[in-house]
Amino acid sequence: MTVVDWSRGLFALTAMYHWLFVPLTLGLGVIVGIMETIYYRTRSEKWLATTRFWMTLFGINFAMGVATGIILEFEFGTNWSNYSWFVGDIFGAPLAIEGLLAFFMEATFIAIMFFGWKKVSPGFHLASTWLTTIGATISALWILVANAWMQYPVGMEFDPAQMRNVMDDFWAVAFSPVAVHKFFHAVFDGWVLASVFVMGVSAYLIMRNKRRAMALESVKIAGWVGIVGMVLTLWTGDSSAVDVARVQPMKLAAMEGLYDGEKGAELVGFGILNPAKTHENDEDPFLMKIAIPRGLSFLANHDFDSFVPGINDLINGVSINEAGDTINTVSYAERIVMGKKAHEALRRFDKALTAGDTAAMDLARAEIKENYPYFGYGYLSSPSEAVPPVAITFYSFHIMVLAGGYLTLFLIIALWSGYKKINLWDRRWWQWVAMLSVAVVWICSEAGWVTAEVGRQPWIIQDLMPARAAISAIPAGSVILTFWLFAAVFTAFLAAEAVIMVKQIKKEED
Amino acid sequence: MNLLTRIFRFYLDGFRSMTVGRKLWALIIIKLVIFFLVFKLFLFPDILSRDYDTDEERADAVRENLINRSAK
Repeated sequence: MTVVDWSRGLFALTAMYHWLFVPLTLGLGVIVGIMETIYYRTRSEKWLATTRFWMTLFGINFAMGVATGIILEFEFGTNWSNYSWFVGDIFGAPLAIEGLLAFFMEATFIAIMFFGWKKVSPGFHLASTWLTTIGATISALWILVANAWMQYPVGMEFDPAQMRNVMDDFWAVAFSPVAVHKFFHAVFDGWVLASVFVMGVSAYLIMRNKRRAMALESVKIAGWVGIVGMVLTLWTGDSSAVDVARVQPMKLAAMEGLYDGEKGAELVGFGILNPAKTHENDEDPFLMKIAIPRGLSFLANHDFDSFVPGINDLINGVSINEAGDTINTVSYAERIVMGKKAHEALRRFDKALTAGDTAAMDLARAEIKENYPYFGYGYLSSPSEAVPPVAITFYSFHIMVLAGGYLTLFLIIALWSGYKKINLWDRRWWQWVAMLSVAVVWICSEAGWVTAEVGRQPWIIQDLMPARAAISAIPAGSVILTFWLFAAVFTAFLAAEAVIMVKQIKKEED
Repeated sequence: MNLLTRIFRFYLDGFRSMTVGRKLWALIIIKLVIFFLVFKLFLFPDILSRDYDTDEERADAVRENLINRSAK
């Protein structure tokens, strides 16, 4: 493995660890807020106890996640210094807003949530609970805006003198369709995750005959939040699929193992990829598959008969436009030529800058600008290098979809059962299903991230910068050491904090 | 009591009355010490800030890096 692979691995490890906690915070905040709202309206001690139980678990999860995200920012400066300089204020602005507004909003109101029960009025306390949740959600917004820009870089102009992308349209960055859909998809995924978490914990409590009444009521609240969250997740997921078809069609092709595009393309529901298949041979892409006829065309374009380009089409310059129509665009071979022209112009710009030759700088700057949309392709030796790892992208996407389908069914049955006189929640097998579903929902959520991030490879910024250009010139040994050190420290923290969480769940009722 | 004193007392009473929170705070503090005093200082230097004094020098270094890594 190269230093690029280890740096990717380290970032993936940190991001996936961070993402264990974030969605639970986002969703559990909503569930606790609803429970406290019911308490506020009824002043029932039962709902006060319910709110405080889940709020304690919210607090433990919040503490588990504290500062795990900051490590990602450390890695930008150490492992990805070229990238962090190159993105300039496009990353700086959203992350600064996240730090100043959302983090302080969360930090202020979470203290009132936990310390303020008998110190502030019930109304003020309720407002603090909701504001903590809103603060956490706003935090997620700015992080996802930054991430979305890496998938769909807009609202900036590259300045070769500063070697930075300078933001010229904040609103284009903040409200690009990719950012908006990604934000809502991630937030609603958090609602689903937290709902399943509440159901799993409730199932355990019912099994152990602890806090039974509270657990049964919690299941209903979680069921409604989960159902609403799932409907909205599916809706925003559909919008995200349309975005991917437009701005990252290669990712969509990899997600479906689609090498040769077609009209009325089928959607693979379940499949096993042929490991021997590459875009350069004629092997069948699948060893076996179960597919929905014309499903992919509908997913990508909301039109059962539309064309969806495959990996080979995209390499040859055949794609779709904003309206979903088939178009001839720039082939990958041509993109590599244009990328190299941009690099050559950057070389000339560098020499002209050193010589103080402003006329030559202007000429070079114009040529860089002309070829800049494919700047990153100049780092590639062949079009094959622009194809993401198909197997990881395909399987992670299908794990997410299959797990999402299972969770939809689970939530419907769980909510329905919560309102029946003889309900499933008293059945041992269902209690186990609910508890095991907690693992499924986390796998589903992480698989979504793997799809989004691995499917973007080799790019760290779509079309502009591959990972190999983004990394710092540091020895592989230091990255390997950091990777294993991190794995050990994170595992230890996770274990310690999970023990606290489990102890709190097992605690007898006061 | 003025506002600042009331805020101070609010936090002080809150920290004193914590139960599970004490363990969590201990873990958070250990975590922050490891992250900021060990990881940040020894494992995660900001390479460009460490090696260059001005933004101009940093831009030159990144330009040189990106030109040198270009496929021939």
